[in-house]
Amino acid sequence: MSEIGEGFLHAFRLIVGLDPELVEIALRSLFVTLTALLIASVIALPMAALLAVRRFPFRRVTIATLNALMGLPPVVVGLLVYILLSRGGPLGVLGLLFTPAGMIIAQVIIIVPLVASIAHQSLRDLWAEYHDLLISMNTTQGQRIATLLWDGRRALLTASLAGFGRGIGEVGAIMIVGGNIDHVTRVLTTAIALETGKGNLALALGLGFVLIALAISVNLAIHWLSRTERGGRW
Amino acid sequence: MSVLLPLEVRGAMVRHRGKVLIGPVDLTLAGDGLSIVIGPNGAGKTSLLKMLHGIQRLSRGELSWACGLEEARRRQAFVFQTPVMLRRTVLENLIYPLRIAGMTRAQARPPAHDWCARIGLEAAATRPATMLSGGERQKLALARALIAGPDLLFLDEPCASLDGRATREIEAILLAAAAKGTRIVMSTHDMGQARRLADEVLFILNGQVHERVGAEGFFAGPGTAEARAFLKGDIID
Repeated sequence: MSEIGEGFLHAFRLIVGLDPELVEIALRSLFVTLTALLIASVIALPMAALLAVRRFPFRRVTIATLNALMGLPPVVVGLLVYILLSRGGPLGVLGLLFTPAGMIIAQVIIIVPLVASIAHQSLRDLWAEYHDLLISMNTTQGQRIATLLWDGRRALLTASLAGFGRGIGEVGAIMIVGGNIDHVTRVLTTAIALETGKGNLALALGLGFVLIALAISVNLAIHWLSRTERGGRW
Repeated sequence: MSVLLPLEVRGAMVRHRGKVLIGPVDLTLAGDGLSIVIGPNGAGKTSLLKMLHGIQRLSRGELSWACGLEEARRRQAFVFQTPVMLRRTVLENLIYPLRIAGMTRAQARPPAHDWCARIGLEAAATRPATMLSGGERQKLALARALIAGPDLLFLDEPCASLDGRATREIEAILLAAAAKGTRIVMSTHDMGQARRLADEVLFILNGQVHERVGAEGFFAGPGTAEARAFLKGDIID
């Protein structure tokens, strides 16, 4: 049987058998990425709306920088967070290195520019449409931002899902910051890297299929919960 | 009597990339009624309305209201030629300006339902506003502008590209608002509409208020050769 076939079989057995280790790793992957996504969205979405409605010096430079940071190398982020959280680093006293909290910090740094850039592009277009109306209605800046975030929520959901995709598939930063410690910081991507290194390609592939299934399931669940595809709604 | 008016405009001018869009304009806007702004394409009708409303910043001159600027902004509204619909339901579009004005959702719902019925969109109250027809959108935009009871309402060609029935409905709402004391300043290309609605006419040409007279006098015999030519349907620069 080909390795891909074996991978499928492994994935099937792991899922159907509800392998305890797989469940633990998958839940940790979800916990780390969804927590990081929540924090990143709370930072990135208002930031994107503010960039859309407010004119200030160096605004264009800020937007260009944010766009450039979308391609931030995760390994470099991991290294920087590692230095910050290591015992001799400025945040060493917090004891967050090799913990899920440290991994969340690294993922937030990676996700924020991506979510903010995609969200900004949508909100900029919406602001162009609403500009005269909201100015005419004598809205405050806070009301404008709240209006854009609410009326643009479908597009913002897409931005957040892009952030989820980036986070759930990320390996470089969380490997460095988390250390891939069994039962502590091991997640699906670091487990795949480990099994590949050990030569267990079928198991690695099986975990890969589980990861893909998880990512698709979360996307579908969020779309269904927010009813984005229902006719006549936004 | 409105606390907002009179509006005194002195030497007001708007420039964009070196080009004068409107001005210098000197005028006083007071009293009740309906002023119709007419003039050829590109004369500056939209710029005049936006300048008076405060959407377009003055490059020179000044506008002074009878009340403070913040209160003046709260007491006026604007209806655009192409109505901008918030991506919400019809009812939510009507609730929005009341929420901005500080009402709670519970306080805003009854007047929103009332206006929904008044403009004939009761059955569409929970439908997305962006799914309405052009005429329905414009009626909703007008209701949204009037729901907070503005003292002064600006309208930029609100009936452009609407059919006769929708135009008649919009005009009925405008006349009712004017009868209740809302001062209305509206631009139009439709001379029939101008004759039906106007108490006074502002004829705009090359960014200036070329002539400002009572409607009857204007349509009986404009004071300037340009206005006469415009009414005849001649092309004027």
